[in-house]
Order: sequence, then C-alpha cells, then structure tokens
Amino acid sequence: MTSPHSQMTAADPTRQVFDVAVVGGGLVGSAIAYGLRGSADRIAVLDEGDVAFRASRGNFGLIWVQSKGMGMAAYACWTLASSRLWPQFASMLLEESGVDVCLEQNGGLFPLLGDAETEARVDFMTRMHAQPGMARYPWKLLDRHQTADLVPGLGPEVTGAIWTPVDGVANPLKLLRALHTVFSKSGVRYLSGHGVHDIQREHGVFCLQTAKGPIRARKIVLASGLGNQVLGAKVGLTLPMGPQRGQILVLERTRKMLPVPFVTMRQTDEGTWLLGDSQEDAGYEDGVVTLPVLATLADRAVRTLPALKEVRVVRSWSALRIKAQDGFPVYEESSTHPGAFIATCHSGVTLAAAHALTLAPMIAHGSLQAEVAPFSTRRFHVQKT
Amino acid sequence: MSNVAHCDLLVIGAGPAGLAAATQAANLGVDTVLLDEQPAPGGQIYRAVTSTPVQDRSILGPDYWHGHGLLKPFEQSGARYLPRSTVWALNRTEPDRFEVAFSIDGQAQLIQPRHVLLATGAQERPFPIPGWTLPGVITAGAAQILLKASGVVPTGRTVLAGSGPLLYLIAWQYLNAGVPIEAILETTPRGRWRKALPHVWGFLRSPYLAKGMKLLRAVQAGVPIIRGVSELEALGARQVEQVRFTAAGKEQVLPVDQLLLHQGVVPNVNLARALGVEHLWRDRQACWEPRVDAWGATSIAHVGIAGDGAGIAGAMAAEHRGRLAALHAAWALGKIDQARRDREAGSPRTALARAVRGREFFETLYRPPVQISRPVGATIVCRCEEVTAAQVRETARMGCPGPNQMKAFLRCGMGPCQGRLCGLTVAELIAEEAGRPPQDVGYYRLRFPTKPLPLGELATLPQTQDSMDAVVRFKKS
Amino acid sequence: MFRRLDVAARAVVDAPVRITVEGRSVTCRAGDSVAAALFAAGVIACRDTAVSGVPRGPYCMMGVCYDCLVNIDGMANQQACMTPVRVGMAVRRQIGAREVKL
Repeated sequence: MTSPHSQMTAADPTRQVFDVAVVGGGLVGSAIAYGLRGSADRIAVLDEGDVAFRASRGNFGLIWVQSKGMGMAAYACWTLASSRLWPQFASMLLEESGVDVCLEQNGGLFPLLGDAETEARVDFMTRMHAQPGMARYPWKLLDRHQTADLVPGLGPEVTGAIWTPVDGVANPLKLLRALHTVFSKSGVRYLSGHGVHDIQREHGVFCLQTAKGPIRARKIVLASGLGNQVLGAKVGLTLPMGPQRGQILVLERTRKMLPVPFVTMRQTDEGTWLLGDSQEDAGYEDGVVTLPVLATLADRAVRTLPALKEVRVVRSWSALRIKAQDGFPVYEESSTHPGAFIATCHSGVTLAAAHALTLAPMIAHGSLQAEVAPFSTRRFHVQKT
Repeated sequence: MSNVAHCDLLVIGAGPAGLAAATQAANLGVDTVLLDEQPAPGGQIYRAVTSTPVQDRSILGPDYWHGHGLLKPFEQSGARYLPRSTVWALNRTEPDRFEVAFSIDGQAQLIQPRHVLLATGAQERPFPIPGWTLPGVITAGAAQILLKASGVVPTGRTVLAGSGPLLYLIAWQYLNAGVPIEAILETTPRGRWRKALPHVWGFLRSPYLAKGMKLLRAVQAGVPIIRGVSELEALGARQVEQVRFTAAGKEQVLPVDQLLLHQGVVPNVNLARALGVEHLWRDRQACWEPRVDAWGATSIAHVGIAGDGAGIAGAMAAEHRGRLAALHAAWALGKIDQARRDREAGSPRTALARAVRGREFFETLYRPPVQISRPVGATIVCRCEEVTAAQVRETARMGCPGPNQMKAFLRCGMGPCQGRLCGLTVAELIAEEAGRPPQDVGYYRLRFPTKPLPLGELATLPQTQDSMDAVVRFKKS
Repeated sequence: MFRRLDVAARAVVDAPVRITVEGRSVTCRAGDSVAAALFAAGVIACRDTAVSGVPRGPYCMMGVCYDCLVNIDGMANQQACMTPVRVGMAVRRQIGAREVKL
C-alpha cells in the first residue's frame, strides 16, 4: 500500500518556478493544463478547497452546438470546431488516463411544446444562421412523428424538435477525473487548497499568493471561473462577470432508453437522468434549490417523456454558470502583463477539446491567434464607445 | 393537490423528542403539527409501541414500554399528527415562514410553519467490513425493529458483532424471547477500558448503571462473548455463510445464518445539513453534530433540533431536550414570556443533566476502532454505488481535497441513501490519506430532496411565473 | 433464517394477509412491513443491484439504506421496509435498474 501523505512528500511547490501555473482546476483550467503538457515541463494547477463554487461539478455534460452563437458567429465556429476535435480528445484521454469519458455524438434535440415555442425557436435558428460568418452545420425542424421515431415514449404535448447531427454528450465528471488522473501520472502538480488571493510580478515571474504560500510561474492562465473578475483586474484585464444560477434534477438509474439527448434531458452512461435547466439571477446562492423551479423542471420533463413520472428524483443540483456580461467566452493575453492569460466560458465540456488542443498550444506558443481574437475583452470596450 | 396547510410549529419525527416536544408545545397553546414517516408514533427506539405483537412486557423490557407513556399526553395535547409522511424539503420563503414539502401516500404536500423542530433522531453508524453488503448481514437496530414491529426473530446460527449498549440490549431481549445467540463478537479494542477510566465517575453516577450492569450480567451468563475482536469479515457467496475474525491472536471462523452488526448510532444529519445548519465534528463521538445551544436552537432562526439528532444522548435525554425545545419555540412564537420559559425549563434541565451522566465514558469506550471507521481494500464504502475503500483512498492520494470532489470522481454519495451510509467513512478515509482532521475534510453538500421521490410527484407542486421564466426560455438564446 | 414468535404467528392465523412473492403465495401478519414479511417467509435477499448485479437484502429496516428495494404491484424500487403489506400485493425481486414503461 502506498504511504500516506504521498502528495506532501513531493517537492515543495513554493520553492520552484513553474513554467505555467493555471489558476482553477475545473474543466476549463484542467483542459488547458492538459494541453500545455509537451510544451511546458513544470505545470501547476491551483485549485480551491472541496466546497467552492465549482461550476464543473454542476455540469450537464452537453457537447452542444445548436444553441450557440446568436450575436457572435465566431462563437458558433469555435464551438463547432471544438465538437469536431472531441473524438480525438476523448481517445487521447482514454489512452493516457484509462478513463472513458463516454463521448456520444449522435446528434441532439431541442424539444418544442406547442406552436408558439416552435415559431420562436425556428425564427431564432433562422436568424442565427443568417449571420455573416456563421458556422455551417445542418439543422432541421422535425415534426412530432419524426421526433417520436427518435425518442420512444415521447409525450403527447411535444409537437416537434430542432435536430442537428453535430450535438452530443460526454460524462463531465469522468472528464474531470480523466484530466486529474493524467495530472497525477504526468507530473502536473495539482495543488488543492491553493485559492489565489493576489498576483504580483517580480523580475518577469508571476507570484500567486495563496493561503499555503506563494506559487511562482513564468506564465499564468486565469481559469478560476467566477474568480476571474477579481484576479483578472490584478493583471490589467477588465472582465465584468456575473453568476447565473442553474438548477438540475437527477433521477435514479433506469435501463437505457433515451438514445438521443435533449438539451433539457439526457440519460447518462450509468443510466441516471439529468433534467434541466434553469437560468436565474440569484446572486451567489448556489447552496439552495427552490421548489417552484424544481417543480417546473419536473413538470417540463414529464411533459417531454411521461414515462419518467414514476422514476425517482434522487438529488438536485444548483450551480453557478460563469458568464461574462454578454455570455460569450473570454480569452485574452494581458497587454499590461504579458504572459498572463485569461480563459472564461460557461460551456466547459463543449469547449474542453478546443481548450486542450487549440487554445493551450496557443498559450504555450506565447500568443493567442486570430481564431480567438473575437473573444478578447476589447469587444466590451468597442461596445462602450 | 390540497390547499397549503399552516401551523405555528412543525415537529418532524415522532420519537421521544418529537412526541414530548409536540405535547409540550400544544399544551402551551402553540398550533402544532407532528409529521413522521412511520405509520405509528415512537420513532425507532419506541418503534411499534402502539402495535407490537410482543405484548409480554418482560421481553422488550421497561425502557421500551416507558415510551408508551408518551402517547396519551400527546393525543390529549391537541397537536395534529400526520403519520406516513416523509419530509424532503424545507425552505424559508418569507422572513417568518417556512415552506416544507412532504410526501404522504404518494402525494406531495406543502405545509407552512413559522417554527420548525427537527427530531429526526439517529441512525446506525456505518460498519464497513468485508462482506457487510451480503444478504443476511443486518444491523442490530434492524433486528430490533423486526422484533418490536413484527415479532420476527432469527433462527439458526445468529452472531452479533460490534460494540455499544444496543448490542447488549438486543441480546438481552433475544434471551428473554428464547432466541439462541451463538456469540457476541466484541470489537472494543483492548485497552479502551483504561482510556475510558477517567470518565468512570460520571458513569457510576448514571441512572443507567444498575440497570445496565444487570442486563450485562444476564447476557454474559447466556451468550458466549469473545472480546478484542479484529479483522472482522462476513463471508459467503450470495448470502452470509460464515463470519471470520481474529481474537487473542488466533483467527476463527464461525458458520452463521445471519450476522447482526452494531457500532453505535450517529445523528441523522441530512435534513439539517440541506437546510444549511452548521455542524461540528465531535472527535470523541467520531461523528458530526449540529451546532445547537441549550435550547436546541441552531444557527438558523426558528429552526431547532432536539433528541439524538442533536447529539447522541439516549431516549430519556431526548424527551427532556424535546420539552426544552418546545418551551423555546413557544417563547420564540410569542406564546409565553421569557420568565415563564425559563421557569418551566428548570425541571427538564435537571432531568436532562441526570440523563446524560456517563455519556463520556461510553463515548470513549465505544468509539469505533480505526480498522472499522477507516477500512481498506475491497471493503465497500458506498453501498449504493459499490465504491470500495481502496478506490476512495487512491483518489484521496491523487489530491482529491474532500468528499464533494470524491463524490464527483467516484459517485460515492450519489445513490438513493444520499450519503447516509458512506459519508462518515469517506470523510475518515480522506482524513487519514491527507493527514487532516475530519473537521477540515468536511461532508457532502446536501440539497433537497433529502429523500428520493417520484418525478411526477414533484411535478404537481406549485410553479410560479418566475420559475417558468427561468426554465422555459424562448426570449433569450 | 427468521421466524415469527408464537404470539405473532397466532396473529397471522387469526387475521391473515395474503400476498404473493415471486408469484408464490405468502401469508403475513397485518401491519407487517413487506421486509418483515419477507424475512419471516425465509427471503433475505430482495434485489440485484443496478451497478453490478450482486444480491442485496434489507439492512437497516428504518428507511435509510435503500437496500430493501423491491417491485411492488409493478412499481419498481419500492422500499420494502417502509411499505406495509396489503391484501393481494404482488412482490417481485428488483432486478437491476428499473425499467421505464412507455
């Protein structure tokens, strides 16, 4: 049996200078750290403690394309590109960690209950796809019959759905576990309990002040979710953000029966069900679930698939999405503090492949490329003037 | 769904604390409702006291039948009683009102109290040994419920294992009922008596001393007791067939038909934790307790906890704490003034002080041995998701900071029991692997529903325009 | 193995409640939980787990362990220890994850 405290017998992290320190061990930070290996020798991932806002643990697991990009076509392109990189990403993770993240990319559905919803959604999709520079992928309005062919037991109130073949799902918890397993196998230092409260710069080296001492690195990547606003300011990046609460219901395991995921309902590889989701302005109250929202989630789910009526809710989730003020990702290198990068998004699973395989190499290389230029904070300043 | 009911005080749990509290509060003019998930009052310690087929009082003993005396005062108090009702959510909806959701007969209902008293009691401490999930391995508490509620007893080869007064109580009750017991395997480590000795004065002044010694002598005369047992394992293919253990340096194997395990009881914390009540780790008792004051009041206004749910102290202490909590509730609701509250509290306080004498001695003596609270290898830790001790330890060594990250990685705590049977063990294992105290490691973050319920039932609860706007969104992207 | 004390066995004779367990007729005492009735009928395992298919039976008898899950009258995953027996009740082993009936 391995000796206890094995993490502590490793070299004291405060006594070395890392090549890169990633602040945030959630899906964004971990995917970036994963992708930095090979271009950097000494990588540290700094995480807070066990109870933190932790958006990554409140995740649905969608690798979703069809809802993305209204108001910023580049976001749709970035999303589609990530979804195309996912199969490679998943097989790399399996090989390196032994963890299968259960990727399924068989398409996805946006359910529509009634004419008003259908009209509104078709209008939305049409306008979105008419945007200049929009990502090109097929989408289709299915009628009730066609939807019921894909989903046995479809509720009578579901009048149709928007279908695209590019949507999919993965297991977000297994993804996080796979990434962390790779860290422990490849010498990436995962440092929990190292929440960062200040950042300084001395002689070209960043110094991250944590409760357990300073961590020094030549480059830093701020991927701390809701913490990015405060930390970003310390490296000259103005990033107004706001939390948006989402509540999710989880149902017990059943035999596998949902072959295609809905944006609001999916069955995981283990057979459990995730039902979502809400979008609420509720400040930072992520420890609370509210009965009316749970009731609406349940009601909506029962209308979509009535057979779920007898299946038991085993728990609920409440988590805070990371949203920049316009809802789109932010990737930028600070101009006042070169070598300090920021990465923020609320689709940590969908974009994990792009973060690992496209963004991380850019960071390792030393500068972000044109593909992610639309995601810099400069877009906020342009809007102001 | 029926109209939402209101009341001043909602008491959750009809064991000694809940019954005594509801009786006291109703007698003080507080509009009181008592909710309990069992079909009849009594909680677990007085389970089936109104319906037990074991009417010969010498079998279950006088402590059990004492519970019967709580019933008539309760019935006469005017408190409303809702059996077969399982509470699963509790939210503050207004500054002076809560909304409590419960299920009765497959229907979700709501009630809005101004003050809530949790009296949900205790549960058996998880006892993870190899094979503890085999059919035929049950808790001593389960065996006692079978006896009390149904007059069902084991036949064939029955072995009891573990430590604590309840183990001896059930053995004594079985002897009274003519049920043979092969052996009691005592897991209290050698040397624990010495450790507990500093507290023996309290024990000697305890009201349980005489009774306890008499019971112990009867059991010792009627059942072989093997002490200092370690390496306890349940063996078998599809059910338990043997129990293996080491005692006095020798390994032994006993064939069994059933194995009854007991390692003490711990507070039922799920509802309190989901509410956000602050909890503290008690190292002597090796479990978490809610932080309560002398009236049972918690960190949350108008929420009190009484009975074993506030800290294990036994049935008599639970009654007295229930009465104190009821007095406090009556004062907080403006039914009595502070002077009256304090005056009437005198008698239950004195009784409570007497009832808890000797606790430190038992807690020290019966603190679970590390081998059991911190298992190794293929021993199942999370019964629902079948996660082993080795998996938890390995993930902890990878740097996993606490039970919530552990839950995300291994699914422990994600099953229908919502961590009730694994939470303590997971915290202890992380504590050992990380070299941190359990207080630092923490517990699962729990939310409602605290008991599973069918989706269709949840769907019948009221929605609001806000909730529909939050979920059914066709204006935003 | 479990049995009823004489006083409980008499109650079964006086006021029997007949249920079926895996199709076989079992006579119970009114007021017993399904779990107690199963124990008294010699059944100590009531399900195969959804995770790995190993057998489990009631463990705590007080509704916290969720190991006593059975199928009652076609409804899956019912806690046997929290459900009182009813005349004509059909109890079946819960085999793995529940089916979702369309």
